[in-house]
Amino acid sequence: MKPRVRIMVAVFLTALTASTAVTAQTIAITGGTVVTVSGARIPNGTVIIRDSMIAAVGGADVAVPAGATRIDATGKIVTPGLINASAIVGLIEVGSVDGTNETSEHREVAASFDVAEGIDPASVLIPITRVEGVTSVLMVPSGSFVSGQSVFADLAGSTIEEMVAKNPVAMHVSLDEGAKGAGQGARAGTLDRLRTLLNDAREYARRKADFQHAQMQPLSAPAAELEALQPVLAGRLPLVISADRVFDIRSALRVAREFHLRVILSGAAEGWEIADEIARANVPVLMVPLSNIPSFDALGARYENAARLAAAGVKIAIVSGDQGHNARLMRQEAGNAVSYGLPYDAALRAVTLSPAEILGVQDRYGSLETGRIANVVVWSGDPFEFSTGVEHVFIRGREIPLTSRQTELLDRYRTLPTRQ
Amino acid sequence: MARIIRGAALAGVIIAAVPGCRTAGSASPNTPAPAAHPDSAHGKRFTDTLSFDRAQYPSTYQRRPSPPILIRNATILTATGTEIANGSILLQDGKIVSLGTSITAPSNAVVVDGTGKFVTPGIIDTHSHLGVYAAPGTFAESNGNEATSPVTSQVWAEHSIWPQDPQFPLAQAAGVTTIEVLPGSANLIGGRSVTIHLVPARTVQEMKFPGAPYSLKMACGENPMRVYGSRGGAPSTRMGNMAGYRAAFISAERYRNRWDHWLTTREGDPPDRDLQMETLAEVLRGHILVQNHCYRADEMAQMLDLAREFGFHIRSFHHAVEGYKIGDMLARDHVAVSVWADWWGFKMEAFDGIQQNAALVQQAGGTVAVHSDSENGIQRLNQEAAKAMYAGRRAGIPITRDQALRWITANPAWVIGLDSLIGTLEPGKNADLVVWSGDPFSVYSRAEQVYIDGALMYDRGNPSTWWRTDFELGNEPVPGRDR
Repeated sequence: MKPRVRIMVAVFLTALTASTAVTAQTIAITGGTVVTVSGARIPNGTVIIRDSMIAAVGGADVAVPAGATRIDATGKIVTPGLINASAIVGLIEVGSVDGTNETSEHREVAASFDVAEGIDPASVLIPITRVEGVTSVLMVPSGSFVSGQSVFADLAGSTIEEMVAKNPVAMHVSLDEGAKGAGQGARAGTLDRLRTLLNDAREYARRKADFQHAQMQPLSAPAAELEALQPVLAGRLPLVISADRVFDIRSALRVAREFHLRVILSGAAEGWEIADEIARANVPVLMVPLSNIPSFDALGARYENAARLAAAGVKIAIVSGDQGHNARLMRQEAGNAVSYGLPYDAALRAVTLSPAEILGVQDRYGSLETGRIANVVVWSGDPFEFSTGVEHVFIRGREIPLTSRQTELLDRYRTLPTRQ
Repeated sequence: MARIIRGAALAGVIIAAVPGCRTAGSASPNTPAPAAHPDSAHGKRFTDTLSFDRAQYPSTYQRRPSPPILIRNATILTATGTEIANGSILLQDGKIVSLGTSITAPSNAVVVDGTGKFVTPGIIDTHSHLGVYAAPGTFAESNGNEATSPVTSQVWAEHSIWPQDPQFPLAQAAGVTTIEVLPGSANLIGGRSVTIHLVPARTVQEMKFPGAPYSLKMACGENPMRVYGSRGGAPSTRMGNMAGYRAAFISAERYRNRWDHWLTTREGDPPDRDLQMETLAEVLRGHILVQNHCYRADEMAQMLDLAREFGFHIRSFHHAVEGYKIGDMLARDHVAVSVWADWWGFKMEAFDGIQQNAALVQQAGGTVAVHSDSENGIQRLNQEAAKAMYAGRRAGIPITRDQALRWITANPAWVIGLDSLIGTLEPGKNADLVVWSGDPFSVYSRAEQVYIDGALMYDRGNPSTWWRTDFELGNEPVPGRDR
């Protein structure tokens, strides 16, 4: 079979080095409270950005290089850029216009589907999201039982290659009510389908020659899909499993044990009810704190979910209920998680370093440390408060103008035409 | 100043819209009749009256008995332009009796220490589908759109509401005390709304706000043309939408004239009763308010022309994501907007939504309500107002905390025609109010107590007050449940 062409991260790194050589610059953010996330807060701290990277982080004693552009952050809060670990920004333009939606290959098993080549670097959602302090997202496929593979990207860049920072990041599977169709209408059927698929992928890898010569029983998915599942079986690619209900979560944990998979839960609305089990399984959770409407998929959904999961030792990443146009609202989600019991620092971690760790990019993202990619936000105050505004956004070391299609609309209609 | 002039100009409309205050000598269909039993010896015999003369699904709501309540030493945000630091407020017999810095309370008053707390009017949502799209979302509880014909003014939302919707308690615990439940937006003319108190009840009539005017739900744009166009029917275009409203109101004009004539003379047989036309005729008489789902600026302008053509008034555009483009026209025609803080982009007609919409409409002299249209959003209308306020301020549009509070209290009260009873903290108003743990425009503040008509209906610290619907019974009691 012919493997799909994959957008390579190496390409981006090369391009970045080449393009920033021209505009190489040093920026010094001084005087603010620096929230490194990985370490202690630094009052009156300094962050030095050189080219695309963070060159130094420390107190007022950190030397500001000559010629550096100074950003006075006195009285401000400096944090890593927020990471939304479950978004479709860049993959959609208008919700109801299918022609602008690149999130789904409409078939039940789309393991080989990689969303990367559907990213539109010119999407108006990108500036609208990043001016609110969200600098990177996991762009996720959706809509199927096995939806495909997600990509980690920065919200800046004029080409896909420039945006993508890791590809693939994870394989996405659903065990929610919506996936019952893949199991002929029964949850047990969906699980059976998943096990069969994983077993077939294993058989396919073991007997490729037999498969190519049609010397074995037909398998449950085409070769391309079984091929795409190999890194999952090898434990190299995490499997993100959408599951809200307790017994769906337990099914996910069971399959993870059976096949020795690295699993990340998505949703887990009733996760708080079995937080200890999730913690013991060492499975992290991508979750929406403001989720409490009872459905038959989650009668136990409640606002304390984030706090309860974290208290049990589960690593959580806070994401927004709206993955697209309002992916920016993860700030509000995090603030509410705090008011429903999540410690403040845990909430901040859940929108920065924890998602970076869960997605395997913590060596480059999620904290303010020397050697990290310079995705940095300067806030006028507490990032979770409504009264707080974003004052500066840096993505890969470049300051992003705080403009978007929405600010242009504001400017156009700020003063209405006067006529009689 | 603009606000005061507008209020004065509309006073007549408000009075006319409250059935109990109506001065019209002629009874008309839908006038709530006296509550006498139809077979009462003092009334006409059952068979001597016709259906339109009888009470139409009257409210049976009763406020909960409560001793007088004095909340003291709180920051009181009145939504009337004033804030009272270290203030007290006295509630008695369902009403606000007094508020200020030194209030004397009767000896039997329950005293609530409000130190560090904020008190606001109860939150009012002009646009909810709780009860008509109940949770869990199933076919059985999908009762909001009678999407069988583009004009269904004959349907009443109250005939769909399930009082055991477990979403009601969630909204109440978030400080919401009164909501207008609307039919959905599949139809050009979707039907009648109902305004309800968020209180536990067995029937919708036990929730229904006594004396609240009805509203008519109308919808512009993509929804009706998609729903009917995709079936090969009409409307399938925006011009088809307009033709549909006009045809309906042309019929309603004739119907109204026939009935008004008969009601004056009472000679001969009355005209046939047609529920669809009856509701539209009440709109033309000014007795039913119009709530119009409409996103785009150009389309709202079309609807303003439609309203002028038929001589009715649109009370509020709902969603109105492009309201900021026509703030001047909205102010001129005294049409409010019911908006979100930041929803946008989920369809073409929502593509131009901006976070400063509410602030810009306010600045242009318009009336703003922040609404939810969402079982989630209704649980944080204070936060939605906060986002819209601060987005405005950051753009240099000076919105005060009192103005932003009015977006979720006094202004929605006006939109649903109840501003004489609820929406502000003033002596004589219904005692609907919320005690917050802190500034209600902080993400960290939560509703701690909710009073409706002077009675404590929700107390975060007292689980025995928590409303648990029938649907929620049978599940394992949740340890440490804390709404």
